[in-house]
Amino acid sequence: MNNLSEKIIVVENLTKQFGHFTAVKGINFHVNKGEIFGFLGANGAGKTTAMKMLIGISNPTNGRANVAGFDVHTQSEKVKQNIGYMSQKFSMYDDLTVKENITFFGGIYGLSRKQINSKTEVLIQTLQLGDIAQKKVGDLPLGWKQKLAFSVAMLHEPKIVFLDEPTGGVDPITRRQFWEMIYAEAHKGTTIFVTTHYMDEAEYCDRVSIMVDGVIEALDTPKNLKNQFQVSTMNEVFLKLARNIE
Amino acid sequence: MKRFLGFIKKEFYHIFRDKRSLFILFGMPIAQILLFGFAITNEINNVEIAILDYSKDTETQKIIQKIKASPYFHVANEIAIEKAIESEFKKGKIKAVLLFEKDFAKKLQTEMKATVQVITDATEPNIANTIANYTQSIFQNHQSQKSTVQKNTTGVVIQSRMLYNPELKSVFNFVPGVMTVILMLVSAMMTSISITREKELGTMEILLVSPLKPFQVILGKVFPYIFLSVINAIVIVSMGYFIFGMPIQGSILLLAVESILFIITALSLGIFISTISNSQQTAMMISLMGLMLPVIILSGFIFPIASMPLPMQVISNTIPAKWFIIIVKSIMLKGVGLEYILKETLILVGMTILFIGLSIKNYKTRLE
Repeated sequence: MNNLSEKIIVVENLTKQFGHFTAVKGINFHVNKGEIFGFLGANGAGKTTAMKMLIGISNPTNGRANVAGFDVHTQSEKVKQNIGYMSQKFSMYDDLTVKENITFFGGIYGLSRKQINSKTEVLIQTLQLGDIAQKKVGDLPLGWKQKLAFSVAMLHEPKIVFLDEPTGGVDPITRRQFWEMIYAEAHKGTTIFVTTHYMDEAEYCDRVSIMVDGVIEALDTPKNLKNQFQVSTMNEVFLKLARNIE
Repeated sequence: MKRFLGFIKKEFYHIFRDKRSLFILFGMPIAQILLFGFAITNEINNVEIAILDYSKDTETQKIIQKIKASPYFHVANEIAIEKAIESEFKKGKIKAVLLFEKDFAKKLQTEMKATVQVITDATEPNIANTIANYTQSIFQNHQSQKSTVQKNTTGVVIQSRMLYNPELKSVFNFVPGVMTVILMLVSAMMTSISITREKELGTMEILLVSPLKPFQVILGKVFPYIFLSVINAIVIVSMGYFIFGMPIQGSILLLAVESILFIITALSLGIFISTISNSQQTAMMISLMGLMLPVIILSGFIFPIASMPLPMQVISNTIPAKWFIIIVKSIMLKGVGLEYILKETLILVGMTILFIGLSIKNYKTRLE
């Protein structure tokens, strides 16, 4: 699955400054095509800022990043056409029905009516939505919404999907189901770039980076990281890393 | 273009599914026009007055006839003695008493001057004032008619003519005012709220990550409000025209173009507000406190700008509504062409450019 020769995200010396405060301090890393890349860090470590630069809604102060073959600063429009995004806040319209949401988001990515209709059918089938498709999204339970939001982010078949703490606030069963969906997409060759607070989720990733104070302190497979720090869980890796820095 | 249409469709879903915004959009304009048109008025109609006539001659009879004939007054009763005036007022029905002195006609003949006293109930100062003015104009009218008959009258005769609104209908003032308030409310407040709502929900982020360009997102958000504001403007002007008989002397096309200009000014202000606020609450507070109150108080809609203290007059210049009210009144009542309202129009254009510029600057700063 992991074709190591094909790097779909390449980040070089990426820096972001807000006034005197440097949120991201010249980070370097790459993500391989088709891999599930975990982007971890404590609150305020700079991971959201870094991610915003990768998805083209924040300009880097310095350095560069290449996503899906396009430069995030100079070719952000092309980057946007090739990525999907789902944020930690649930982001669909509550006052629109499931179908209307799908139609709308399909529409802004330039899908044709025919494509949207067939996609909607498939979605209703796979998510077993049935009658729920005519319901307003606001009336659905959170777990449903999250799964739906992920499916909508995948609607235009992006090369990479960015998930910003996608499982915040949902129950363990839904989280498990959610990760099954992520695996299914990764199997199809989509690259997954995910941030999370849950260290058990970090174990599901192919490779993991841990950011502390604007710097990437560790980057490897979960297994190697655990070996390197001589611990048995990712949680301990994270704690050890954070403690060492202090 | 297709993406854009889908966006607009979604925006209409939002509007039509939210009862609150529907009410503000359509209930409010109609309610306000009816309220201002019928209830809140500083005209007087059929005010009950009493007359105390000590002379009872032909001259006073003529004047009393004139007063009885006018639609403004209804002579409720005639009082015989001065002492009764107070008790009449205390009953509350009578708002004014006209007191003609003794030998009114004779004095007018010999001394060229006679006195009539207008005593009003000033517990309601506005009405009292208006009554005094109206009666005065009736006397003046009588006087001037006489003086044209008898050429021997000397002295200054004031002939006042009320241009553009001869009957001094307050509706002529309120229709432009309400139109301004409503367009401001719909365009600035509703757009700022609807944009900040997307920010609050996190959907704005999704939209910005999508291939839609930021200006397309904003355009898609404001376009439905342009459409609805235009409909509102049409409803308000038609109500003014058909129900209250407000004339449209000037070009309807010019009125339409100026209205759209003002709508765009208000929208750009709404966009600007949405760039400085992160929650719907903030946007609403800024719109209400920062826009609605000044629009109502400082635009000249209700209180005349000329009688404000100087600092207030200066501030009133920064309010787009002030200029739009001048424009609407000029077109509808005076029937002027663009050349007379060029200054006001250019000010609105300038303000629009300023607000859009500031919004872009704010947006850019966020990206940096």
